[in-house]
Amino acid sequence: MTTTQNPSPAATPSSGGDRRLLGGLRDRWNGLPRAQQWLWLIPLVVLIYALPVLNPPLLTTEPGTNFPIALFDAARFALLAIGLNVVVGQAGLLDLGYVGFFAVGAYVAAMLTSPDSVLTTIPYLWTLPIAMIVTMLAGLLLGGPTLRLRGDYLAIVTLGFGEIIRLLATIVGPLKGQVGFQGVGRPPGTDADGQPLFANSDGTTWYWLVVTITIAILLLVGNLERSRVGRAWIAIREDEDAAQIMGVPTVRFKLWAFVIGAAIGGLSGALFAGQVGFVNNQKFDVPTSVLFLAAVVLGGSGNKVGVIVGAFLVSYIPNRFIELAGYKYLIFGVALIVLMAFRPQGLLGARQRLLAYGRQAYQRLVGKPEQLASDNPMTAENGGDR
Amino acid sequence: MLVTHLLARGQVLAQGPDWISFDVGAFVDQFWSNTFDGLTYGAIYALIAMGYTMVYGVLQLINFAHSEVFIVGAYALFFTLAALGFGPSAPNLNVFALVGDLVLAMLVAMLAAGAIAILLERVAYRPLRRRKAPRLAFLITAIGASFAIQYAIFAWRGPNPEPALIMFRQQPVFEVFGAIIYDQQIVIFVAALVLMVVVDQFVNRTRLGRGLRAVAQDPDTATLMGVNRERVITLTFLIGGFLAGAAALFYVMKVPAGVQYNGGFILGIKAFAAAVLGGIGNIRGALIGGLLLGVIGNYGQTLFGNAQWTDVVAFVVLVGILMVRPTGLLGESLGKARV
Repeated sequence: MTTTQNPSPAATPSSGGDRRLLGGLRDRWNGLPRAQQWLWLIPLVVLIYALPVLNPPLLTTEPGTNFPIALFDAARFALLAIGLNVVVGQAGLLDLGYVGFFAVGAYVAAMLTSPDSVLTTIPYLWTLPIAMIVTMLAGLLLGGPTLRLRGDYLAIVTLGFGEIIRLLATIVGPLKGQVGFQGVGRPPGTDADGQPLFANSDGTTWYWLVVTITIAILLLVGNLERSRVGRAWIAIREDEDAAQIMGVPTVRFKLWAFVIGAAIGGLSGALFAGQVGFVNNQKFDVPTSVLFLAAVVLGGSGNKVGVIVGAFLVSYIPNRFIELAGYKYLIFGVALIVLMAFRPQGLLGARQRLLAYGRQAYQRLVGKPEQLASDNPMTAENGGDR
Repeated sequence: MLVTHLLARGQVLAQGPDWISFDVGAFVDQFWSNTFDGLTYGAIYALIAMGYTMVYGVLQLINFAHSEVFIVGAYALFFTLAALGFGPSAPNLNVFALVGDLVLAMLVAMLAAGAIAILLERVAYRPLRRRKAPRLAFLITAIGASFAIQYAIFAWRGPNPEPALIMFRQQPVFEVFGAIIYDQQIVIFVAALVLMVVVDQFVNRTRLGRGLRAVAQDPDTATLMGVNRERVITLTFLIGGFLAGAAALFYVMKVPAGVQYNGGFILGIKAFAAAVLGGIGNIRGALIGGLLLGVIGNYGQTLFGNAQWTDVVAFVVLVGILMVRPTGLLGESLGKARV
């Protein structure tokens, strides 16, 4: 299978070595039957769950940052990146206001559980689905009018949206601006000593919760990608006009991507509000939004494993190397420029399958294992030498 | 009738902490002074919007980093003025010395902003253009460049704004509809207008300007006709940078403590909104869009009673315009702009 692929020379002038290695691994992985893939994944998942307890010496972020909390941060970023990847990586819509949805989710959780809120309070776990529904509505509200526009207008309108959410949190009275909401709720349960299981000071249980949710979301999004919806997204991303001509209702599917991405962002926001236990207007600025985008682009937009790696890097590096934390926006800003210039597909670029919806179908049609296209949303225009 | 009713009510929706309150009384009282002040801000928006609109006209690229071109100009202006002895109180200078100093500072700011604009084009965009990268890559590079410059300044100067620089104490000149017009407002408005007319005439009348319009209309044909596309692109970035540098002078004149690492960011979004409002790619549209946005933003600010509503109103206007008339008021036409 390695012989059939032909990466475009312009896109990978310097990365031949790792491409072969990674590509070989990936091909072998893709060649495994589904059941074996699951079997191999089990130890990995166990390891991921065990991380905060193991606290491995080289990987640990202590003494700078509490390691379980740093891991929670990484998991929260991964969830966000998976959501943003649906919008940017799958449907090819540049959303620079993703932090807006994150903020809406956090504020929903805060306002429905904090004693400081003017609204009635409800148990914390109920706020997770409510946060998703409210952010979906926000996504619908923003996406409805703007997704008809050309892609680059969308970028700036979403940027404006993110900023509006932050400004509204500042200037609308009941949203309490910088004072914020104390005592945001947490899931129920106490341990043997009578301490709450989900404490603000300890990230371990929160980390497990977010990892579980992330795995569930990964399965859901993965199924979506393999469905008709996912095929429509890829078609839209590759060529919107062509997709429209072939009968794909482009606006509707773009709206779906936008709304699903928004819901995942809101979910992450609600989890964030719960763990920190305090929400005010300070953490939802546009630079944070660009950090989310950097996570997706760095890891490889369109590739779920890639964006998780990217999210881990983006959240882990400032926590691990505290002295770099002040420069994180500078570092990731430069990283975006360098990536676009030299490796637009990201660290782990997505290989779009020629038939996005399944290798069985491809095998049945062509009678041989699927051929991997060297295309990628970022290099689409020069990958034509197959 | 309606207005008096609302005036009597004062604040609508007032119960507990206000969700949103309207101050119609202040809006009516300050209508004209808001209008004139809005025109002043609008002239500054328009100058910055020119940079967005011209680059978009030639390359169909939203140059997100243009706001950082502006802020680099503002820093250059700040250091020049500080070196010339300007400080937190207005200096005692005669008119000629003052104008001389300000023009010198403006020229330095224009050169700095122009230089950074060209550098940006060379380092960030040209490699992508050579590779014929898709649009998304350009946008991501632009946003990356914007943040790289912003946070390089942050690393250098820290999070706080630079100390305020007062250039001259503003004096009332005359009164219209009960609103006092200050000399500062007149200076900013007239100077910005003159600069924009110069650029408009340059694009419409000169040989270089004709080349620019040709590339905007059809890059390939223009190249065949002997227009050097790369040179036109450099020229476009240079003009945008010059205007942003000039805008820095007027902005600091209006907002003396506005020199800050992220001070250009929101201004940039508003200028872009102005460009879209007028019709992106259209030079005269940028002027009209800028003035309109400045005035609308000021109205919103007094109506809702908080300065930060200016930005919210500007964004809502942007979305509204894109929904109703995506090509803006005057349409998108750098190429077709004719006298």
